[in-house]
Amino acid sequence: MTNDLIFNIMANFYTDNKALKFHLSHPLMEKIVALREHNYTEKEKFDYAPLDFEDAMDSYDKVLEVIGEICADIIAPNAESIDAEGPQVINGHVKYARGTQENLDALIKAGLMGITLPRQYGGLNFSIVPYIMAADLVSRADAGFVNIWGLQDCAETIHEFADEEQKDKYLTRVCQGETMAMDLTEPDAGSDLQAVELKATFNEKKGIWLLNGVKRFITNGDGDISLVLARSEEGTHDGRGLSMFIHDKRNGGITVRRIEHKMGIIGSPTCELVFKDAPAELVGDRRMGLIKYVMALMNGARLGIAAQSVGVCEAAFQEALAYAKDREQFGKAIIHFPAVYEMLTVMKAKLDASRTLLYETARFVDYYKAYYHISNDRTLDKDERELMKKYQRLADIYTPLVKGLSSEYANQNAYDAVQVHGGSGFMKDYPVERIYRDARITSIYEGTTQLQVVAAIRGVTTGGYLAQIREYEKEALKPELEKYRRILIGLTEEYAEAVEKVVAAKDNEYIDFHARRLVEMAGHIIMSYLLLIDANRDMSFLKSAKAYNKITRQVVHGHGEFIRGSAVTDPASYKFEL
Amino acid sequence: MKTFKIIVLAKQVPDTRNVGKDAMKADGTVNRAALPAIFNPEDLNALEQALRVKDQIPGASITVLTMGPARAADIIREGMFRGADDGILLTDRAFAGSDTLATSYAISRAIKKFGDVDLIVCGRQAIDGDTAQVGPQVAEKLKLPQVTYVEEVQSVNEQTIQLKRRLDNGVEIVKAPVPSVITVTGSAAPCRARNARLIMKFKHAKTVSERQEANEDYVGLFNERPYLNITEWTVNDVEVEAEQLGLSGSPTKVKKIENVVLQAKAAKKIEATDADINLLMKELIDSHTIG
Repeated sequence: MTNDLIFNIMANFYTDNKALKFHLSHPLMEKIVALREHNYTEKEKFDYAPLDFEDAMDSYDKVLEVIGEICADIIAPNAESIDAEGPQVINGHVKYARGTQENLDALIKAGLMGITLPRQYGGLNFSIVPYIMAADLVSRADAGFVNIWGLQDCAETIHEFADEEQKDKYLTRVCQGETMAMDLTEPDAGSDLQAVELKATFNEKKGIWLLNGVKRFITNGDGDISLVLARSEEGTHDGRGLSMFIHDKRNGGITVRRIEHKMGIIGSPTCELVFKDAPAELVGDRRMGLIKYVMALMNGARLGIAAQSVGVCEAAFQEALAYAKDREQFGKAIIHFPAVYEMLTVMKAKLDASRTLLYETARFVDYYKAYYHISNDRTLDKDERELMKKYQRLADIYTPLVKGLSSEYANQNAYDAVQVHGGSGFMKDYPVERIYRDARITSIYEGTTQLQVVAAIRGVTTGGYLAQIREYEKEALKPELEKYRRILIGLTEEYAEAVEKVVAAKDNEYIDFHARRLVEMAGHIIMSYLLLIDANRDMSFLKSAKAYNKITRQVVHGHGEFIRGSAVTDPASYKFEL
Repeated sequence: MKTFKIIVLAKQVPDTRNVGKDAMKADGTVNRAALPAIFNPEDLNALEQALRVKDQIPGASITVLTMGPARAADIIREGMFRGADDGILLTDRAFAGSDTLATSYAISRAIKKFGDVDLIVCGRQAIDGDTAQVGPQVAEKLKLPQVTYVEEVQSVNEQTIQLKRRLDNGVEIVKAPVPSVITVTGSAAPCRARNARLIMKFKHAKTVSERQEANEDYVGLFNERPYLNITEWTVNDVEVEAEQLGLSGSPTKVKKIENVVLQAKAAKKIEATDADINLLMKELIDSHTIG
């Protein structure tokens, strides 16, 4: 009777994947966690605060194990029914699919909301790395559900910019399990958020802000606490007239007009919202909505989508691998055919490459945010300020890079996973069909890949990527890995030449034209180095390091060749005469 | 108002779900060393029901009581990670080799020592023995009412508890007085996951023996945080008659072990009459199935 239940207890998405613990135990964590934990001084005040570094890491490990268990026991088994059922609108509000609510309840009961928030609000005060790892795990279980749970990172924006009263009120509620939303997009303001028109007017009599207008494509739009971008300065038409507001669902004023019918991530309600005199509180300073707060919000969200993409890469790879081992044709399992095993090795290499870049980026974010929060308590010394700036710069150029590249790989892996399944993959009988549809959004929302390139190109033109590549170049490696480093040094020269040529043209359209190629060249070299450094620490990554090294050669040579043969007049021949 | 006290009886069992060829010893007993030790699954269902009672009654407390070797403290910690307040490990060489009778004797004595209790909750049976005897025997020894096969605690207050029982041919709703012993089936709600804050709070909890064994880095912690001390009782801590413990207190003897391939398809229906039960008993004794 209880057999099914019993066997499920055994599955765990954290412990079955040793790459996660590998990334969690990166040597830089000792410094990051000490900063985050204020040198372990909170143990006097909170019975669940760590006693020292080992204790903190042990807590991360144990809590991730719980998340891995919930993912395998509850979230993954619910994914299929959620995809079929979807959420509904009832009386202007969202009702989640049954499984969605069950997933959420399990995570709330396990105390897994507000993971990165300070303990004074009831949070776990974890560093960004284990939080991102949790998102990676949840996404592997159900990429649609991770949106609802992952929106808790909107709370980081409240934490950074809201006043004490707002923090006390809202962060505490997030830690208790209330969900969040970020209401940015409107029918005429998608990629171009400067065009936001939702109106915020200050009602002198009531002494509060009131919001009126429409938002569209809002993930979890009926969440308990929403961050809303609105035009507070009448008569303005650009980003400088926009402010950020908190809307509390308990105060009413927002109705859900409809939920979009989507290709994938069906369990995640994408809402069209109507605001009618919705009361709201201003966050931080007026006019800084887009310029400062949305940028922070988006960076957090983009890292979240990168984690979601890595989870999808993992899910796709796991499904493809299992099927290829099981499916027999021509008298043997199809994994024994070169066409299939090469595909699987390439999928694994892309997965490992995305994941190592994800955690490298998460560490950069961790570093600078830890310093940022310390700077609110005391003045940083000169070295600390410089470290904060250094890591913030790195986080700024790595975030669009990892979002752009890992979401493309999520799509490629999902495509290949269906391909490995053949005709069966096209049917709804296997999870890959859903994974394929879920993957598609990752390279679109929170800024399309094309927009990630627009953000990442600064890392190319300012030399930020190149400087960091030179850092990786200096890492000590085992002798057997040297030859791969030599290859990468050659590829780096090719990249640097391509950058020089494109920048020297002093033509912005020409830079934009080659931007994706240049960003991809840098990204591939960076991921190749990271995999090499991973392999140096754990030789189980060697296979992916070698395979990815080959992919990097193809990409850098290919793009390099394109750029070498390209003239500044090239974009013209691609244009459409309208 | 006095605290509503709940005891959850839990057992650490060998994981018999992945049985290899060395799962049994030559003498027909389970080779515990060869199998990973886990929280008995139905005891987790029992813990969940206890936690729901605790959710309903402010200030209620849950104590996990287990008998076993030193490492059985693991399941007390597991219970604390899920919301139990504390635990008692009953451990002594004198308890070794106990069958269900000796076990329920020892456990009932420990509950006596614990004192006032409002509810005793345990799993229907353990996966290593499948006897389903310990819960009912503990109730008998403590002279408490018992409700078996409970699937759900429907309501509870300081005087009565209403329960849904899952039986072969349907469900039965019963009311029982407080205190009672209830045994919970595997069809009840699965236990909630471990809670992140509770894991971090209780992960250093240890019994005295564990603290002596381990190379303990955090010595001062156990004085500063009394809740980290898991109570450990030996035979000297509970009032017992030695001959009722361990092997000497265990009438169960394994006669032999054989592989049984079930072939008979026919079923026999026994009515709940004295005559039918007498006939069945006679048949079972004649076939040496019991006795």
